[in-house]
Amino acid sequence: MLDATPSCLEVRNLVVEFPGRHGTVTALNDITLDIRPGEILGVVGESGAGKSMTGAAILGLLERPGRIAGGEISLAGRRIDGLGDRAMEKVRGREIGAIFQDPLTSLNPLFTVGAQLSETIRQHIPGTSRAQARARAVELLQEVGIPAPQERVDHFPHQFSGGMRQRVVIALALAARPKLIIADEPTTALDVSIQAQITGLLRKLCKEHDTAVMLVTHDMGVIAETADRVAVMYAGRLIEIGPVEDVLKSPAHPYTRGLMASIPALGARVRTLHQIDGAMPRLNAIPAGCAFNPRCTLAGPRCRRNRPDLIPTRSGQAACWLYEGGVE
Amino acid sequence: MLVFVVKKLLNAALVMLAVSFLAFLIFQLAGDPVDMMSSEQSTQADRDLLRERLGLNDNFLVQYVRFVANAAQGNFGISYRNGQEVLGLIADRFPATMELVLVATVLSLLIGLPLGILTAIKRGTWYSEILQFASIIGVSLPSFVVGILLILVFSVTLGILPAFGRGEVVELGWWSTGFLTKSGLMALILPSISLSLYQVTLIMRLVRAEMLEVMRSDYVKFARARGIPRHRIYFRHALRNCLMPVVTLTAMNIGTLIAFALITETVFQWPGMGMLFIQAVTFIDIPVMAAYLCIVALIFVFLNTMVDITYAVIDPRLRDAK
Repeated sequence: MLDATPSCLEVRNLVVEFPGRHGTVTALNDITLDIRPGEILGVVGESGAGKSMTGAAILGLLERPGRIAGGEISLAGRRIDGLGDRAMEKVRGREIGAIFQDPLTSLNPLFTVGAQLSETIRQHIPGTSRAQARARAVELLQEVGIPAPQERVDHFPHQFSGGMRQRVVIALALAARPKLIIADEPTTALDVSIQAQITGLLRKLCKEHDTAVMLVTHDMGVIAETADRVAVMYAGRLIEIGPVEDVLKSPAHPYTRGLMASIPALGARVRTLHQIDGAMPRLNAIPAGCAFNPRCTLAGPRCRRNRPDLIPTRSGQAACWLYEGGVE
Repeated sequence: MLVFVVKKLLNAALVMLAVSFLAFLIFQLAGDPVDMMSSEQSTQADRDLLRERLGLNDNFLVQYVRFVANAAQGNFGISYRNGQEVLGLIADRFPATMELVLVATVLSLLIGLPLGILTAIKRGTWYSEILQFASIIGVSLPSFVVGILLILVFSVTLGILPAFGRGEVVELGWWSTGFLTKSGLMALILPSISLSLYQVTLIMRLVRAEMLEVMRSDYVKFARARGIPRHRIYFRHALRNCLMPVVTLTAMNIGTLIAFALITETVFQWPGMGMLFIQAVTFIDIPVMAAYLCIVALIFVFLNTMVDITYAVIDPRLRDAK
């Protein structure tokens, strides 16, 4: 974080808890990250590691009874955690755009894409006339690469293919020119051939408009193609963060190393896929010390005693004692 | 869209044909009408004449075709009981039933829809729980009990509303309406409440369940993420997606209401088709029963077809469907 550019998104020590019948579960613990304008931060991890929940917490859309129990979230210097529902309605869509996983179900089937675009535009840019909003909707469709936008604006979601629908969803996320876009698995539901188009489009638009992007995915390929930096999550914590080339080529945290090793290289003949033994602990049964220690081949007594915070490595940070005094 | 409509109409015609066959079977199975219509003193010649006049000597198929052809022109024959045109008898009673059913339907939508939305979006509040509980009572109370209770309270004890009949009616052509007089409107209140109570609770519970389901859907979450205000999500995005089953239920229930209005009509001595049918059953007046069956079925089929077409209006995805 030596860069002088002010951050677009700043998350400081974010804690999210779910109070339940059997005690409170801490779903996100001490998450700290920044995204600069125009930067794409990839967030990776296994299912249940807390990637999507981080996005939901930033949007203020945590499912009940989940709540932010600590930390701060600021957008362009303004704190947005703890804002009321009304105030958040002005932030969502206007300052933070969102893209969800399944374009087939993200759009309301009963309204034309034009109606949904106009609705978003008029909601966030008061004083826009219907005609202006419609013209803007056509422009947005054009921008996300939908052919014949003049006609398509009056079509219903079911008349679009999956990839085209995801483009519409991106247009909706961009409608009010937000500062930040949270893209939660934007390509997971799409064909591989369409995936690259969508991530390419996302990247191009964000660079053009200097929009920050938080790209949540479990697909390392998407991260490699799209992200500038990458954050790795494990059991509700951030365990490594750094520039994408470094994290992919020379991961610092043993978990990240395991993840990278388990991606089969194209053309390489492998008999068995590499895997990390064991499974990610349930959130109510996280072991003492480093959450990864029971599965870690390098773990020492210190890892079982104390939990490491993010520690600077060559170019990023990793939550591992290897980088501060060793595991003994 | 046109293909869709034509297809639905063909379907409807087929169903009506099947129903008319069932109605026709009643004639065949319910014994010899000549026995019922002729007096003890009538001679065999009289009876043969009557048999010939009713066309009962022709074979089964000819009789059926004649029945369908006549029914299609609105001719259901003459009542065995009083020798009047069956269609005329039903037409006399039809407006009374229709007005009752219409008011009950409007009432059930007007009350059921807002209550359903309220209990869905204010889920967990004390008043929403009370409404939910009260709706169980509404669903489980039989309508004749409700009717009798209403009469007891409002007519017998308080004496503010009439307990039976239609009040004064105004003739508009062949249609007699109770909407235009005060006594007609007063007379409508109790029977329509008693008829609609079940529908109100049904619609309320349906809307609630549908709303809760839709509120969990991705496009509602996405609409929230786009910063669309809550009230707009509830009333524009969610409600419209809930309407389909409500339209189905309402339309289907208009048919059911007509068919089962006979209980309410009996309790309130309402001069509708239901009462006519009950009388026809007591006298084994087969033409009236058959006509009633056909007409109620026609209303059902008509409503069903309307529902299908309404679907296509509400949901654009169905317009292109084959």
